Parts: sequence; C-alpha cells; structure tokens
Amino acid sequence: MTAEVLLQGIVSGLLMGFVYALIAAGLSLIFGLMEIVNFAHGEFLMLAMFSTYWAWALWRLDPVVSLPLTAAALFLLGFATYHGLIRWVLGAPMLAQIFATFGLAIFLRSAAQAIWGVDFHLVKDPLVQGRISLGGLFIGLPQLVASVGALLAFISLNWFISRTEAGLALQATAQDRQAASLMGINTERMFALGWGIGAACVGVAGALLTIFFYVFPDVGASFALLAYVTVALGGFGNVPGTLVAGVVVGLIEVLGGLLIAPALKYVTVFVLYLLVVLWRPQGLFGRF
Amino acid sequence: MDRPGGEVLLDVRGVTKRFGGLVANKDVSFQVGAGELVGIIGPNGAGKSTLFDLLTGFQPADAGEVLLDGRRITRLRPDEISRLGVARTFQKLKPFTQMTVLENVMVGAFQKTADPARARSQALDALERVGLADKAEAHARVLSTGQRKRLELARALATQPRLLLLDEVTGGVDLRSIPGLVALVRELNAAGTALVVIEHNMAVIMDVSRRIVALHLGEVIADGPPAVVGRDPRVVEAYLGQAYVR
Amino acid sequence: MPRALTLTTGLVGLALLLAFPLVFTLPYPRDVMIRIFLYAMLATAWNVLAGYCGQISLGHAVFFGTGAYTSTVLVKTLGLTPWAGMLVGAALAVALSQLIGYPVFRLRGHYFAIATIAVGEIVQTLMINWDWAGGARGLFIPIDRTGSLIAFQFRDKQVYYYIALGILLLALWVTRRIERSRTGYYFRAIREDQDAAASLGIPVARYKQRAMAVSAALTALGGTFYAQYILFIDPESVLPLSLSILICLIAVLGGVGTLWGPLIGAAILVPLGEMTRIYLGGTGKAIDLVIYGFLIMVISVIQPGGVMALAQRGRRRTG
Repeated sequence: MTAEVLLQGIVSGLLMGFVYALIAAGLSLIFGLMEIVNFAHGEFLMLAMFSTYWAWALWRLDPVVSLPLTAAALFLLGFATYHGLIRWVLGAPMLAQIFATFGLAIFLRSAAQAIWGVDFHLVKDPLVQGRISLGGLFIGLPQLVASVGALLAFISLNWFISRTEAGLALQATAQDRQAASLMGINTERMFALGWGIGAACVGVAGALLTIFFYVFPDVGASFALLAYVTVALGGFGNVPGTLVAGVVVGLIEVLGGLLIAPALKYVTVFVLYLLVVLWRPQGLFGRF
Repeated sequence: MDRPGGEVLLDVRGVTKRFGGLVANKDVSFQVGAGELVGIIGPNGAGKSTLFDLLTGFQPADAGEVLLDGRRITRLRPDEISRLGVARTFQKLKPFTQMTVLENVMVGAFQKTADPARARSQALDALERVGLADKAEAHARVLSTGQRKRLELARALATQPRLLLLDEVTGGVDLRSIPGLVALVRELNAAGTALVVIEHNMAVIMDVSRRIVALHLGEVIADGPPAVVGRDPRVVEAYLGQAYVR
Repeated sequence: MPRALTLTTGLVGLALLLAFPLVFTLPYPRDVMIRIFLYAMLATAWNVLAGYCGQISLGHAVFFGTGAYTSTVLVKTLGLTPWAGMLVGAALAVALSQLIGYPVFRLRGHYFAIATIAVGEIVQTLMINWDWAGGARGLFIPIDRTGSLIAFQFRDKQVYYYIALGILLLALWVTRRIERSRTGYYFRAIREDQDAAASLGIPVARYKQRAMAVSAALTALGGTFYAQYILFIDPESVLPLSLSILICLIAVLGGVGTLWGPLIGAAILVPLGEMTRIYLGGTGKAIDLVIYGFLIMVISVIQPGGVMALAQRGRRRTG
C-alpha cells in the first residue's frame, strides 16, 4: 500500500463521488418534494445507460453526443412515472408508496432482462478515451469527463432550484406544500417537474457512465444502494448536502476497498452509513 | 402572581427553548396545583404548543426544569412522563385511523392493565364520559373533528392521569358542539383531574379557568385570575396592539 | 362470520391440508405445497414486524440465513441435531435482530427501509467472503443415511410436509395470540402514530424490538427447515435481497397487517410463479418477475390492503 496507490484511490473516489452526488441529487429532490423515495431510481439509471448504449449501437451516436437526448428521454420517463403511478399514491400509506416504486423497479429491471437478456454491453471506442497524467497520477479521461460532467450538472441543478422562478417554486413546494399552493403555485405541476428533473439528473449520470461502464439490466442496483445511502447521509431533501455526501461515499468506497478488502467496499459504505445514522438519524445536513 | 392553594402538582421553572435563532419559550415559570384548571392564552407564535412539547418530553428544553410532585421530569421520554400521570392531547389530532374508536381508547387503557377485557371496559367508561359510547365500533377515520377531539380526550383519560394537558379544545369544532365540550372539561376538573388548557376562544377559557397564564413571544406576561389577566395592559397590548391599552 | 361457521371451516380446511399428501402422492404437488407453507410462514413472521408494528423491513432474509447457517454449521462441526440447531439459530437471530434494531429503529419510514436493505447487503457480502462458513460456494448438509428424526432428514418426504405445516401453524398461532393481547394493540398504535403512542405511555423502542425479536425468531425457524429440506445453502439462496422482497410481496398481496393475508398471498404467488415458469419456459425467470412487478404496482395503487381488503370491501357491499 504505497502512498501513490492511496492517492490514486482518493482521486478515483473523489471523481466517482461527483457521479454519485448527481444520481443522489435527483433522489433527494423527489423526496424533498413529496416524501417519497424512488426505489426505481437505479432502474432509471439503467434505462439511461441502455438508451445511451443503443443510441451508439444502432445510430453510432457517441455518449457525449446523445447525452441531451438521454436527459430529455429520462425527463419524460420521470414525468410519465409521476402521472402514471406516483400521483395515485400521494395520499396513500407509506407502505403503498414504497411498494409502488419498488414494483416499478422490479418491473423495469425484469422487463430489461426479458428484452435485452443478461449480457453485459460496452460502448467501444468512445470519443472520450485514454488517460492523462497529473503529477504522477494516472486519471482515466472517461472517468474525469464523467466526473466533471456530473459536477457541472449538479451545479446547474443547484443554480436552477435556487435562482430560477420554477426552481424556487419547487423549493417552496418542498418546504410547505399548503403554503405554496396558497401562493398560487400549482403543486401538481411542481411534483411532475420534480420527477422529471430528478430523472433527468440520472439521465445525465447514466449517459456519462456509459462512456466507460458496462451496461446490463442489474447495473442500477448497486448504484441505487449507494445513492440511497448518499441521500440519507446528506439528509433527505437537502440537495447541496448530497454533494458532500456523494464525495464521502465515493471516498469510503475506494478506501474501504483498498484498506480492508475489495470485496467489502460496499460493506464499508453501509457500515459507515449505519454509524452516521446512529449518531444523527437525519443525516449530516438533513431536517427530519 | 397568584399562588395556587393546596399542593403543587406541576412546577415549571425557567423553561427555555430555542430553535436556531428563534426563541420559542423564554424563562417560562408557573405552577399548577392539584385539581386546578389553568388556561394558557397567547397570540399565535407565543410558544404555547412548544411549551406542551417541552412539558411532555417531545422536545428537550435548553434550560430550566419541570417538576411533577417535586420530582424532575425534564429529561424523561414522553412515555415515561405519561406513566407518571401526565396525559395530553395534540393540536393536530392524532387518532389511530386504522382502528375503531374503542380500540383507540383501549390503547390508553392498557397503560393501567394488561388484560384486554379490563382494558375494554375501562375504555367504554372513558367513552361514556366523553359521550362517544355509541360510536365505539366505528372506525376512527369516519369521525368528525368534534368527535375526534372527544376521542383523543377519551384516549388520554383512559390512562387515568392526574394532570391533563389539552391543546386546543374548541379549534375546528362546529359552534353547536362547543358547549358540550366545555361542560366536559368542567366535569373532568370537578372529578379531581388537574388541567392545563391551551385555548384561543377567549370566552371559553376565561369562563372555565381558575387561573390564566398569558404568553407572548415565548414569555409569561401575566399569571392570575381571569378577571385580572383580562385587564392586564400587557395582555391587551399583545392581543390588540398599543392603541387599545387604556 | 359466526363463530361456529369459522371453526368448522377451519377444521375442514385443516383436515384437507393434513390429507393432501396422502391423496396427492406425487413429489411435485407436495413440493409446491411445502413451498407455499414455507413462504406463508416467512411472510407471517415478517407481518408481525411490518404489518402489525408498521416497521417495513426490506432485509428480512438476514434472519432466514441466520437460521439456515447456524443449524448447518452446528451439524457440520459438532454433529448437533438440527432441532437443537434450529433453536440456537432462532436465539442467534433474536440477538442479531436486537443489535440491528438499536441503531435502525431510530429511523422512521423510508429511512428505516433503506437501512434494512443496507444491513441485508452487509450480511450477504460478509457471508460470501467468509470461507470458513462456505463462502460463495455454500455448504452441503451431510446426508444422514438412516433418515432419522434426530438428524432432521427423512426418506419419506411426506414428513417434511407436516413439519412445514406445523411451523406455519405455529407462526399463525403466535400472530393470533399477539393480535389479541396488549402487545398487539401497542404494535398497531406504534404503526399508526408513534408520537401518540408514546404520549399514552408506550415505550416505543422497546416494543419495536419485541416485534423484531418475534419476527426474527420465526423467520430463522424457516431457515433451518429450508436447510434440512434442500440440503444445500449458500448466500445466494438464503440471504439475497430478492428473498426479502419476495417475502414482503407475498404479505402485501394477501393483506399486510392481517392474520390470513400472508397465507393467502403465498397461496396465490407460489403457484403463479410455478405456472409462469412452466408456460414461459427458459425466459420464465424474468417474465414472472415482470408480472410480479406489475402486480405490486397495481396493488399499491388500487388496494394496498391486498386481497384481504378486497374481500372485506366485497363483504361490506353484500352484507
């Protein structure tokens, strides 16, 4: 375990952390709006990755080129999910809400498996490839681009919710639904918008990941778990908080793998999560 | 300040609660004697419900002490405080919606007995007292607001408390039902239960209380018999503004 | 339903179940029934914590695996009879459940569900990497050629049927006892509104832990039974998230928070799974999950109370 390997790991963890943060941001946004955890978030990611892959396989569109399309497609998916499913369980008991998105997750994942099989797919020869050397450290260009892209998307999201009228309306709805509607904000539209944007975030993340990551029906599962932990760590509903949490999760994942055992890298993340929760149930920055 | 006659049941001493920069309760002190009926008034935001949360263990106080029968209850959990004989209702009602009216009250009765049959009969007694016995088998979710208030009251009564904290008796209740509820509160007090009642309806609270504690911006600004407090210039100012202080 | 009618129906039903393997002697229908009993029992156990007490655990496979691994390891290392191993497994599951509950019960709602997923993943990953206990390759239960009661292995597979039925009846009996007692009322109060429950003197954390303990113990019994029936266990078969989800699904489909819901759910879902597997051939694995997923969504929207709630609504309309 040299300092170099450790440093390499830290950089790698940091980079992935931004991607986790973006995925988690969408989840956090949705929860903040209506206190529903989208248990199908991993499957949204999986679909974004498949969409990117097929755009490449069928039409030779490079992931970075098809990114806007993927984001738009996922926005529509989120929108449709709200109107087709979520709208009907808004007032239902929590169990019903959990199972609604859980059912969607199982449905999407199995459908993907039934349609596309269990094989792993990989985009070959993407526009972004190779690696660069920064002060003795090697950083894969795809990972760097994905990370920077995710960070930019995250910053844009944050700018959107804090500086634009629609974004502020979203925040208002999240903080106090009744007050927001009394102020003339159409909460239905806000919910649908929230789902659309939340899914679009995952769309961007998925497109970026497809540059270098294998695509298969179960791929969403592990990302989803890390995303839930990231959101819970940062505090449900706190979008800026997920950036810090994402980086923490990314670092712990890598360091756990390096310092303890590669097979246990997820375990380290989860154990960390449970420890944080023991100390602060609402996460690092959350309001309960 | 009027001192209650008889033994002191609840002794609130210098209780303070801050939420970030907002001071919800500042150095609040007052006493409640055994069997007394104390009303708490104050404009919105005066810190009344927060005070109840502090007294019943739902929020930790930043400073001060609360004593029940001379025993410190400040750091105790809500269920521990309940088992010491303090019951409360909530401003935002919390019925157990998937259970029947009777089952709701049985949950309260079970504090004093583990036997379902006895809990059942105690619960029916409590329902009789609040006038809901005929609705025993109805599901809690079909009740009107006034009925839900009675249900929550019955549930609290089933724990056989010495001190009952009522958060809003008449809020959201239709006018016709108010006299019945007020009479009920009087009956409970007459039977020996000490009551602390938060209430916005001035006519009701002034009529029913032996003593009134007035809160404004988290502080106690008056504590005494209704007639005295009603004329206190600070109370008038808090509710109606400077212009009305004569 | 009048009491006499319920009692008669119950006895007739029980008699039918007892006679079943004597009439249908082929192994396949018996195997399906055993699996219905097992899943119904697991769902009934889950129901105590999630249905009655409202704590939605999505990591219950942990307790199943604890039962399976404990009795198996004890058989292999000490030659201990699996019956004793079953009890040890249940005790270990209870201990584990209390350990898990301590941090995790501080969370509410969705936070809690996610934490249980995390716990499940942790345990599965640990077991995959624990080579002494078989690791990813799993463990084979040594075959006892005499097929004796002590060894909990039987030449005559019918015995497994009756044991599975027995464990299911035990779980149902425990649930019924709890339902009618103070504990049952307290569980439901906690499910409805924790704060109101606390204000009535209920020590919420203590009762949640109790629900967890009962649920874990029963689930572990099923784990040992599974190990002795299949004679092979590995993390993939006794600890996966998919098993935790399946248990929930069964309970939700039938009617969460009701006594008979989990059994009804199992009686529907297990045969349904079999049929999709048979008629949809090789791709059956994914298709039946597609159907499950769709089913869950539909149930959650239309009738979160499951089949039991549908039946009650029907009864109210005709009654």
